[in-house]
Amino acid sequence: MTEDLNWAVGGEAGDGIDSTGKIFAQALSRAGRHVFTSKDFASRIRGGYTAYKVRTSVDRVESVVDRLDILIALTERTVEENMDELHDDSIIIFDGERSMMSDFEAPGEMFGLDVPLKRLAEDAGGAIMRNIVALGAACEVSEFPIENLDESLEKRFGNKGESIVANNKEAARLGQEYVQEEYDLSTPYELETTDNDYVLLNGDEAIGMGAIAAGCRFYAGYPITPATDVMTYLKGRIERFGGNVVQAEDELSAINMALGAARAGARSMTATSGPGIDLMAETFGLIATSETPLVIADVMRSGPSTGMPTKQEQGDLNMALYGGHGEIPRFVLAPSSVSECFWKTVEAFNLAEQYQTPVYVLSDLAMAVTEQTFPPEVFDMDDVEIDRGKVVDEDSIEEWQDESGHFKPHAITDDGVSPRAFPGTEEGAHMSTGLEHDELGRRTESTDMRIEQVDKRNRKVETAREQEDLSPREFGNEDSDNLVVSWGSNEGALREAIDLLEEDDVDIRVLSVPYLFPRPDLTEEFERAEDVVVVECNATGQFADVLEHDTLQRVQRVNKYNGVRFKADELAGELKEALGIVDEAEVQA
Amino acid sequence: MSSDNVRFVDFKSDKQPTWCPGCGDFGTMNGMMKALAQTGNTPDDTFVVAGIGCSGKIGTYMHSYALHGVHGRALPVGTGVKMANPDLEVMVAGGDGDGYSIGAGHFVHAVRRNVDMTYVVMDNRIYGLTKGQFSPTSREDFETSTSPDGTHQQPINPLALAMAAGGSFIAQSFSSDAQRHAEIVQKAVEHDGFGFVNVFSPCVTFNDVDTYDYFRDSLVDVGDSDHDPTDYDAAKEKILDRETEYQGVLYQDESSTPYNELEGATENMADIEESPPEEAMDLVREFY
Ligand SMILES: Cc1ncc(C[n+]2csc(CCOP(=O)(O)OP(=O)(O)O)c2C)c(N)n1
Ligand code: SF4
Repeated sequence: MTEDLNWAVGGEAGDGIDSTGKIFAQALSRAGRHVFTSKDFASRIRGGYTAYKVRTSVDRVESVVDRLDILIALTERTVEENMDELHDDSIIIFDGERSMMSDFEAPGEMFGLDVPLKRLAEDAGGAIMRNIVALGAACEVSEFPIENLDESLEKRFGNKGESIVANNKEAARLGQEYVQEEYDLSTPYELETTDNDYVLLNGDEAIGMGAIAAGCRFYAGYPITPATDVMTYLKGRIERFGGNVVQAEDELSAINMALGAARAGARSMTATSGPGIDLMAETFGLIATSETPLVIADVMRSGPSTGMPTKQEQGDLNMALYGGHGEIPRFVLAPSSVSECFWKTVEAFNLAEQYQTPVYVLSDLAMAVTEQTFPPEVFDMDDVEIDRGKVVDEDSIEEWQDESGHFKPHAITDDGVSPRAFPGTEEGAHMSTGLEHDELGRRTESTDMRIEQVDKRNRKVETAREQEDLSPREFGNEDSDNLVVSWGSNEGALREAIDLLEEDDVDIRVLSVPYLFPRPDLTEEFERAEDVVVVECNATGQFADVLEHDTLQRVQRVNKYNGVRFKADELAGELKEALGIVDEAEVQA
Repeated sequence: MSSDNVRFVDFKSDKQPTWCPGCGDFGTMNGMMKALAQTGNTPDDTFVVAGIGCSGKIGTYMHSYALHGVHGRALPVGTGVKMANPDLEVMVAGGDGDGYSIGAGHFVHAVRRNVDMTYVVMDNRIYGLTKGQFSPTSREDFETSTSPDGTHQQPINPLALAMAAGGSFIAQSFSSDAQRHAEIVQKAVEHDGFGFVNVFSPCVTFNDVDTYDYFRDSLVDVGDSDHDPTDYDAAKEKILDRETEYQGVLYQDESSTPYNELEGATENMADIEESPPEEAMDLVREFY
């Protein structure tokens, strides 16, 4: 029956929750089903509730919903934490022989499936495999062919030897058989498989993969949740392509290393989260004035200060738009899905070099910890183009020299972009500095040159507005008077909210804006619409403020800042409220 | 420019230094340029990174590929440059405030990382550019605008700091002993790894204690004795000696391998194709 199944495994941090969830998600993906995962976790390594949730369907899934169908609960707390999402048809798999679950009784009409996970795991070769036993049980409950799980186990444990793989397969079988033999179950769940091939990855991995594809060869970073996965992805992979990763001593160092590599001619990047961005702010200005191409990924989390390190927020927009002292031309790109993390990163490298500016890729925790399935063609490397901008060589450098033969790295040009000479280029030696400088890169306090250089740098933004397609992505009902605007990771939830709203006869038109600076002018769009609602994961509506400023029009706001991403059903409700549409049922109640 | 006919003046820019007449930084810079020329480098294959301070202005007065960065962060920039293109000769310069105060963290880690580059600190034991506040190498009783009755803080011993961090080349020189200073910097450039030279580079405007005369009278040259820089214990003894200040190469580990080599950073990373490499699709397949 249910094509769209929501599944979770939860317990204490250290219980292997992550790998259990990942094994199942991978099995589903390889069985040709779409997957969308999310995580509940606290900022600690051991202890504390943690869960890995998998939503899966034969059709694409782009967000999480408030519903759990199958829950593997290793602790009672797991059930408590998810009570709101459980329903009468939910099945809770637990181990009644474990002291912490011995008195457990499934609430309401729910079905408690008591499986001796630990005991069966020991039979298969070790208690550590109790989660795998649970996965076997889950396969049985959801009519998912256990052979598909086998492949995933091979992938996970293959490097640990054949016997480990065999033991894990056996553990899964024991779980499955136990349910078959002890319970006469008929559940509403059936996980069909298809012939499709999907890949499963998260936003940080997509950023790292995009970077390599785009020719990034140098990465310097300092560990911080939720950006660290970018570095761990690149380490060990970028080297295969002649690159390198340096774990710096702090973010100040990381961004300066990246800057050095960029000046040496490498495509270079760093990634961090809010607190790290704060530390990088001083150098951000240097990158812009020295006109160095650099990509900075900010994987946002809840702020300010250390805030909630493991929780979602889109709170760094103002910082990305305005951060750094003085006035700084820049690009701010916001991918809206895991696959877009890849493509926007590729684009970021091209923009950085074409315009010789810093480029922010504003990702967030929701995308960083979400794994999503895609047909591999979505990442077709043949579509990746590399444009290095105005690089000069020995032959073309003459054009850019002054009377005495000095290269002009900051030449005043119509489009605001100067030539670049990589170190080693003959006759190209020059310096650049964070001080205001002349065309040769030398310090100046000349009032005229100051204005010329400032205007030149700002002209890059005008040029980009002319040359780049900055349009938002549009979906929903294009004739609707209800305009919803969003940026970043909310897009998936919005896509699904549209369908839910349609069921209630509410139509909306959505603009998802990936270019936050320079950004498209939405004045006409706003004038055409009756109501405009801006959706974002922050408390004050930073993007809404910006749009009101751009368009001189008031907008409605839907904000979420409790640390959890928007869910499709919840968002649909909030949108109705913002649009002044009240449910009749609620009115009667 | 071929490396055969490079002279040290080729590393000079046509910008006239705005240092105070008599500033030690003139001599420090000349020595650096000589060292670069004598080691066969050209301005086109040299990258100079400078910090902030009077000392940091050096990038402006030298002719090469160069970046004048933000206060204290020159060493990470140099690290990035060298990792990205190991063919370049990378020289990083800054002041004692730049390197041992705001940049102290980076200093320790750059030493420990042992990237193959040269770090020259123009140590005048004062903040020059901000007009005479005490610096991390100022003496405890040194009176300045921000320490009217002394700093009440121990000065940092940069050589000891470098040694503690596992430095592979630790040297000290005096800008006015031109010949010797150039020779010491040259050894640092030739060193395979992080070549660190603390240069006494007197500030004639704000420091009337650590003067030319003071250094001329007190410096002891380790080259005049039978000091063996490869002898760790002998080096340690001299570096920790509170009574005497030395010039010369105090310590050198000739067998250390630079970080960039250990990490396999041997290619110029600027050379990339116009499209992703053939094998790039493998990156996607890993996610099956
Ligand atoms: C972040 C930051 N803080 C403070 C300054 C101001 N500042 C400029 S130079 C300097 C001290 C330089 O001292 P030192 O490194 O000893 O160099 P000197 O001028 O003595 O050669 C300071 C504090 C700055 N440029 N940036
Ligand atoms: S203030 Fe001191 S350090 Fe700066 S230029 Fe003058 S003498 Fe040199």
